[in-house]
Amino acid sequence: MKTAVIVFPGSNCDRDLAVALEAVTGRAPAMVWHGDSDLPDGIGLIALPGGFSYGDYLRSGAISARSPIVKAVVAAAERGVPVLGICNGFQILTETGLLPGTLMRNAGLNFVCRDIALTVENSQTAFTSGYRAGETITVPVAHHDGNYFADDATLDQLEAEGRVAFRYAEQVNGAARGIAGIVNKAGNVLGMMPHPERRTEAAHGGDDGRRLFEGLVAAVA
Amino acid sequence: MKARIFVTLKPGVLDPQGRAIHHALGGLGFDGVNDVRAGKLIELDVADGTSDADLDAMCRKLLANTVIENYRIETGAA
Repeated sequence: MKTAVIVFPGSNCDRDLAVALEAVTGRAPAMVWHGDSDLPDGIGLIALPGGFSYGDYLRSGAISARSPIVKAVVAAAERGVPVLGICNGFQILTETGLLPGTLMRNAGLNFVCRDIALTVENSQTAFTSGYRAGETITVPVAHHDGNYFADDATLDQLEAEGRVAFRYAEQVNGAARGIAGIVNKAGNVLGMMPHPERRTEAAHGGDDGRRLFEGLVAAVA
Repeated sequence: MKARIFVTLKPGVLDPQGRAIHHALGGLGFDGVNDVRAGKLIELDVADGTSDADLDAMCRKLLANTVIENYRIETGAA
């Protein structure tokens, strides 16, 4: 499967993500610059990496969400192409409107950078098919603005529709209802604050993150 | 023409930054502060005659995130 990683000025997890995708798909992803207007043909998965694009100016992800390539990403998402946004990628996806809500400053105001326990809430999405529902996995977080916020009606809808993919199994950042990752209504767009690409091989201390990529590739291949 | 855009958090949205400022004011001995909400002021220099509708669109499309923020536009001569 051909994959693409979008690279913004200030992305810093793009190469980690490329390594993870190459490990599970057997081919290196296309690295697509934010200023490009078009995605390469035949892309089966688009990944938006973590980092601090545009220095988090205005709001995290706000400027990147208006960059030329993101128009193409939104159009691809609307055609059903799977889109995975991690950390800053999640922030960008909420800024585009592909995912509801927003990511606010962590409740404790601190940058949180550590391994955390994460509960897989829904294993029926393409992104979580490598896990069992209710399973607890360990994946690192590294963010300042991970405090998920949406109004109660939106939160209720996300829960009712099984769109909460991952929930923190401990207190991390004050996120509403402990939400760590959500999917869109069609199920082809996932945003999550934790970094599965940083937990893909034994040298990382485990491979709980790798299973996301393996499950995803198996589900959409 | 100058436009000043005031972006503020909607009522009810938790403001950790405002809370930290509140705490720091308390630490300086200012005990009479009931609450603090932090926002942003964005100053634009725009072409004369820029319509209110255009300014409003700028706020909705980029300057404010209406999930959590309100905005207010003030215009005037330079």
